Amino acid sequence: MIFGIKTSPYMHAPQSVGQVMAQVIYALLPGTLALLWFFGWGVVTNLLLSLGFAVLLEALMLKLRERPLLPFLTDYSAVVTGWLLAVALPPYSPWWLILIALMFAMVIGKHLYGGLGYNPFNPAMVGYAAVLVSFPIEMTSWPAPALTSIGALSLNETIQQVFLGGLSTWDGLTQATSLDTIKTHLRLGETVEQISQGAAFGWIGGQAWEWVSVAWLAGGLWLIYRKIISWHIPVALMAALAGMALVFWLINPDHYSSPLFHLMTGASILGAFFIATDPVSASTTPLGKLLYAGGIGCFTYIIRVWGSYPDAIAFAVLIMNMAVPLLDTYTQPRVYGTKGRFGS
Amino acid sequence: MSTEHPYREIVFNGLWQNNPGLVQLLGLCPLMAVTTNLVNGLGLGIATLMTLVTTNLLISLLRPFIREEIRIPAFVLIIASTVTAIELLIHAYFSELYAVLGIFIPLIVTNCIIIGRAEAYAAKNPPKYAWLDGLMMGIGFALVLVSLGAIRELLAHGTLFSQAHLMFGEAARGLSLHLSDDFKGLLLAALPPGAFISLGFLVAGKNYIDQRRAARAQQQALLKPVSDPL
Repeated sequence: MIFGIKTSPYMHAPQSVGQVMAQVIYALLPGTLALLWFFGWGVVTNLLLSLGFAVLLEALMLKLRERPLLPFLTDYSAVVTGWLLAVALPPYSPWWLILIALMFAMVIGKHLYGGLGYNPFNPAMVGYAAVLVSFPIEMTSWPAPALTSIGALSLNETIQQVFLGGLSTWDGLTQATSLDTIKTHLRLGETVEQISQGAAFGWIGGQAWEWVSVAWLAGGLWLIYRKIISWHIPVALMAALAGMALVFWLINPDHYSSPLFHLMTGASILGAFFIATDPVSASTTPLGKLLYAGGIGCFTYIIRVWGSYPDAIAFAVLIMNMAVPLLDTYTQPRVYGTKGRFGS
Repeated sequence: MSTEHPYREIVFNGLWQNNPGLVQLLGLCPLMAVTTNLVNGLGLGIATLMTLVTTNLLISLLRPFIREEIRIPAFVLIIASTVTAIELLIHAYFSELYAVLGIFIPLIVTNCIIIGRAEAYAAKNPPKYAWLDGLMMGIGFALVLVSLGAIRELLAHGTLFSQAHLMFGEAARGLSLHLSDDFKGLLLAALPPGAFISLGFLVAGKNYIDQRRAARAQQQALLKPVSDPL
């Protein structure tokens, strides 16, 4: 075995914000393509509108705040926020819904707090939570995956639905997501086993969702390989979510879904690798990251199972964002040779 | 009062410079909870206004008889009896509005604006100034309540004056404005976060106007030719 010996100078090639964000965008591609495959044109309109509004609002706010446009626009942080919102919102979302979400994200979530680096909350999730609370009907009408018997909208119909609204066939195309179905049918006294026979379910997760999740996972693992994100947050988030699910599943499998279902459904994987890992609003110390992400996993399970909303990544991330300053203060690693910050 | 125009100063202070809703940020609890629409805001604003004028005047009048050591309990007693009287009045004449405002009318007792003005102003100034201070602070607070109520009602339901008949009788039904049937409504505005965000924008707007005025005053001071060049 050969051990390579490296001599000085030990050079380090720092990455600019723009380079990091560009790689996040590459990592988002497989999942986005999977969404496109399953849901059709609606994903394209979501993406185009969302990116357009994000860049436009970012430029507008920079101008109002008298900051230079070019360096901040080319750091691609607005593009990433817009992209995350585009894949989080239901495909075929009307244009005004996307605009309002982006306004909450870019104006209130980001720039009113001082712009990139100063925002305590994840901007994309601020926008998502605001529209989820405000427009529950639009936000819960996910179209059925296009490969089923229902089929997808054509390009013309998509444009009509997105810009004018009120497409007559639209209601027939939507279908309750698997998390939604579980929630409503459990109240009717059915068991998880019976519910899982429904149309919204696939092998282990929601129909089509499991494949989208696998695609997010591939992009996320690439981000860890490229050292853009560390393993702490995704692992702790998935472990906490699966751990909670495992305990309750072992107690009563008729009433609680399996851990694998919770991981492969909804926004779990997207949240673990792309949303919770936002470098600005996440915790920065190793122990802090584990606690922060563990909290997100627990809150996600709690809100999914006992709350009134079907999915909960956005709320869980926002709740734990509030705890980040405290976590960062109390989890600073001890510098070698000194006594601990709170040690005796 | 050391200035030349005490009355003018009291008016400016209450309505703008030291506005209880936008600058002192007092009484946030009723401010947030009640202002889901314009009429609710107006109702609570008027109730608070009546309370403030009465208590400020009473406390200022009774100030020679209240010993310094027990002034706070005495103020609370005066405020509580005033609020009780006003609550009974609203219950008697506007019982539907009373049902909407509910607990927030008796809670005016605990509104920090009332005891704040009693302690900071009425206890130290003669009645001729104290009642005006109460009136202006009350109007300032009511204006914030009304604008916040109007913003939230417009955003959440696309209407204005939607329950005006509760306050002004059946004739006022025609006052209600309804924007369009197609309006979806930003439900968030009717919820507590919407109250915080809207109030934040109101405070920011006030600060923006103040800054612009200060900048303009500075510019004019610089441009003015020196009148007495020695």
